[in-house]
Amino acid sequence: MHPKLVSLFFVIILLGSACAPQAGENHLTPVAPTARPQPRTLTVLAAASLTDSFKELGQRFESQNPGVRLSFSFAGSQQLAQQIDQGAPADVFASASKKYMDAAIASMRVADGTPTTFAQNRLVVIFPKDNPAGLSTLQDLAKPGLKLDFADISVPVGQYTLDFLDKAAQEAALGADFKEKVLSNVVSYEMDVKAVVSKISLGEVDAGVVYFSDYHTAAGTLGRLDIPDALNVISSYPIAPIADGKNADLAEDFIGWVLSPEGQAILSRHGFVPVTP
Amino acid sequence: MASRDAELIEILENSLADRPKQGLDVLWKLLALPLLLFIVIPLFALFLRTSFRDFFATLNQAQVATAIGLSLITSLATMVVTLLVGTPVAYLLAQRRYRFHRIVDTIIDLPTVLPPSVAGVALLMAFGRRGLFGPFLSSLGINIPFTLGAVIMAQTFVAAPFYVKAATIGFAGIDLELKQAASLDGANRWQTFRYVTLPLSWTALLSGSVMTWARALGEFGATILFAGNFQGKTQTMPLAIYLGFETDINVALTLSIVLVCFSFLILMIVKGFLHRKLESDLELASK
Repeated sequence: MHPKLVSLFFVIILLGSACAPQAGENHLTPVAPTARPQPRTLTVLAAASLTDSFKELGQRFESQNPGVRLSFSFAGSQQLAQQIDQGAPADVFASASKKYMDAAIASMRVADGTPTTFAQNRLVVIFPKDNPAGLSTLQDLAKPGLKLDFADISVPVGQYTLDFLDKAAQEAALGADFKEKVLSNVVSYEMDVKAVVSKISLGEVDAGVVYFSDYHTAAGTLGRLDIPDALNVISSYPIAPIADGKNADLAEDFIGWVLSPEGQAILSRHGFVPVTP
Repeated sequence: MASRDAELIEILENSLADRPKQGLDVLWKLLALPLLLFIVIPLFALFLRTSFRDFFATLNQAQVATAIGLSLITSLATMVVTLLVGTPVAYLLAQRRYRFHRIVDTIIDLPTVLPPSVAGVALLMAFGRRGLFGPFLSSLGINIPFTLGAVIMAQTFVAAPFYVKAATIGFAGIDLELKQAASLDGANRWQTFRYVTLPLSWTALLSGSVMTWARALGEFGATILFAGNFQGKTQTMPLAIYLGFETDINVALTLSIVLVCFSFLILMIVKGFLHRKLESDLELASK
């Protein structure tokens, strides 16, 4: 091919890929309705594991409250706590652990006593759908040569994974050296739970430990090993309004919606354990 | 007579030019200040937030020491790999009449404009266990992701273009007649390269390799995706800084200070070195 043609081809590809998402967005963005009061934006910082459930909760909340827009920021709870400490503007904080809610209280952005537990999550072992390492029991996680991907200890689920291994090491059937053997198989410690899910979905590692809700979201590409209740670590998710938020009333409404029977049903559909019956 | 006229004109011109030039100089200096301060002040602020005692105590932590060691090893390996595989590309690019010049040039530019996360995903798609070459590599018993080799590959992908660009300019600046003269005198291609091209372009090669080295030292996005994060194996300084920011701010501050000092010193040394070389070249040329 002529070199000019080749470069033209590339330019077309580059332009095409640059334009495509924009065109898609234009389609989705609704035309602003006329004669509406100023639209208000509620900023919610939520743990990465809440990504899908909160998006759905958010859409329903927006349709019930015309003129309100939700703006989510999903990241590891430790990152969000850090952003809150650095003064990131926000209205609501939903954390995957009490530890980082306490951090937000310590940095004076959340008032003591305002956090409420809105969901619980269990741990589950996941592996790529075709199970390249042939895992069938928890014992198999200690097999030499396995490639495991965990979340870093700074991420809540990473700490819970270690707690689970501590409990498992007490179990006679798994053996006292279970924890060491498993940890010697770890090839990487990720910075949030979704990175663990992605690397396992891609089949780059043999297994990892994530929340049940994460397994639920990506179930099409994953297999799972259940962790029995006695060894499992049940995590609680606290939610609270940011004390200096500009939309205190909306923040309360949103938290109320998350705790409502409908909100809890949505969370439960995404694999969370609801807290209100 | 004519030479005196020229002298007079020169003196006149100088005295005329001096006054506005001085004013202009001050203006330029003032205008240059915002960007310089914008870069210097945040870097300086890093130093204010930590004490000597904290700094050295943190430096002694195993995590910090291994991150520094790993960063040095991988970035130097990246530099060596880049010298080996980048020099032929630069040599090719320096021959302007080469047919696929523009497409090769564009390919080399691509990693510098793409976000490093793209590099990480792309490397996984090519060399990951399920990637393009995954099954083939596995059959050879080779597993690249999450290894030291993966760190070096990620750094090379992102940083190699800096060397290639600089080396290309260095090679292209050599007078073609010099090379022709060498070959007329019976030098073969290697001898021409070794005794004509290299001595004339080594400053460009050196500054290019240093830029590649510095960029490799700072690589983050491609590394975390392709090589993962494991202390002592793939956790380089930028990864430890990112994690430290969330867990132990002293780790982030200490490693940041180490990186800033290190990069500053190396760049200064190389620039000073090149400057002296340039001046001696100019002296030679004026003689």
